Amino acid sequence: MSTSVLYDAPGPRARRRSRIISVVSIAVILGLLAAAAWRLGQQGQFSPELWSPLFWPGDDDFVTVWGRVGTGIRNTLLAAAAAIALSLAIGVAVTTTRLMLGRGGRLPVVVLVELLRGTPVVVLIFFSGKILPALGVGLDTFWQLVIGLTLYNSVVIAEILRAGVAALPRGQREAGLAIGLTKRQTLLTIQMPQAFRLMLPALISQLVVIVKDTSLAGIILTGPEELLRIGEQLRNFFGNPLQVAILLIILFVTINVLLSRLATYVERKLSESRSKVSSDLDVDADQVADATTADDRRTDAGDASGHGRRVRARPGALSRRSPASRPTQSANSVGPDDRRAWRTTSPDNPGG
Amino acid sequence: MSVLVDNIDLFWEGFLRSLEIIVFALVGSLVLGTVLAMMRVSPAPPLQRFGSLYVALVRNSPLTVMLFFTAFVLPALGFNAEFFWLGVLGLSLYTAGFVCEAIRSGINAVPAGQAEAARSIGLTFGQSLGQVIMPQAFRSVVPPLGSVIIAMQKNSAILGVFGVGGDLLSVGNRLISAQGFAVSVVFLGVWVGYLAITLPTGALLGLLERKVAIVR
Repeated sequence: MSTSVLYDAPGPRARRRSRIISVVSIAVILGLLAAAAWRLGQQGQFSPELWSPLFWPGDDDFVTVWGRVGTGIRNTLLAAAAAIALSLAIGVAVTTTRLMLGRGGRLPVVVLVELLRGTPVVVLIFFSGKILPALGVGLDTFWQLVIGLTLYNSVVIAEILRAGVAALPRGQREAGLAIGLTKRQTLLTIQMPQAFRLMLPALISQLVVIVKDTSLAGIILTGPEELLRIGEQLRNFFGNPLQVAILLIILFVTINVLLSRLATYVERKLSESRSKVSSDLDVDADQVADATTADDRRTDAGDASGHGRRVRARPGALSRRSPASRPTQSANSVGPDDRRAWRTTSPDNPGG
Repeated sequence: MSVLVDNIDLFWEGFLRSLEIIVFALVGSLVLGTVLAMMRVSPAPPLQRFGSLYVALVRNSPLTVMLFFTAFVLPALGFNAEFFWLGVLGLSLYTAGFVCEAIRSGINAVPAGQAEAARSIGLTFGQSLGQVIMPQAFRSVVPPLGSVIIAMQKNSAILGVFGVGGDLLSVGNRLISAQGFAVSVVFLGVWVGYLAITLPTGALLGLLERKVAIVR
């Protein structure tokens, strides 16, 4: 962990102090929780009829409620899936256009990307819900939501992919051009697939953002019944905002944590298949030590390229490192130092 | 187009209202986020756990749920405040989770040798954090923190529709639904309004980033 860098292995005095801090902070946290619970109890928030329709399978309304919740989950996921699919397609097209055109030609694309990126996604959803019907496009509200989400996310994804292409070693493109591929072929068959792989974790965390943003559908007057709208309905019916809020948080966190798990899993698979290529690669002991600390820090910094796979140390085997393995390695490390990659791929973006 | 010209003062009011929300939420989220980041790197495990639990919850649920919480749950619990402040509170609580992560990533981006050097010359935890790590961390934190701030500015639009009212998007909404103006023109006004906030911020942050960047 990173935190261990900040202080030594504690001695007796430091241990005592940190125990005291721990006890005090536990006491403070518990105290706050107890105060909150007491307050809740006073307000009668623990009365079973507020909780049981949502959480107790024996309740008469439980089946109906979860039927509605199921609808909500389905619509949320469907909208997110449709939005990510469309955004990916458009994002690839935008990036390709941008990278293919010359300095002057790409200007309109750059301007459009910047303008859309600077707009709140909620504004885009709101107006896609207003403008489309005004133009006589008779799509239902589900697709209005999807289009709003797509307008914003396609340029975000375009930027992610562009960062991915930029992070590739220059040799990849040069090699493509050298064997006689055109610029477009190089881009589509050599650079893009690698950029896509490189940025897969960032793309999946963008999916998390999209899942969260589907809850903005409420802004469309008769929007699709995604999770938040279902929550509103439940709140109106049972009059239990706290319990509904808890239910919504549980559902969203579960969905998104599962998605993040998927991202980590995919990422590990990718780095495994990559290291298979270079499995003969051996590095001397010093380098292993360096590399592991660097890796720990990198994953902590929110960067997605956790190729924390340890290479078995075999002293003196340095000479066996083939130069061909270098691109693979640097392609894997979009560290926090890469400013451009940072800005667009940081999973720490609050979305929207 | 005359809609824009005739209602320019309405748009201007909405713009100012949005700025107001943004400024309060900026202060709130920076303070809360820094406190959370301190908790997460502190030597006390309970504080670390609390910090990471908070961040995990906030980052994985939508802002709307947080607003649902501050706007409906808090009043139901007898915590009454003006709706504006409930909204700002929600936005601050939400953004704080991301600010925390941005700052923490900055702390982690400081090379380990710096902390080791600070410790080896006998600085305490507080001293090494305050005089060696933090000054460097803040510099590398500018890009990620910047994108968090820009995202927060955009998220402020959600407050308006959630009932805070009076901000740019709700002005647009009123012009369309109550007075039946052409949607696309109103959209243009609202769009330009938000761009007038986000684009200059982006440019400023870019300048700042170049100014404080350290080459490692």
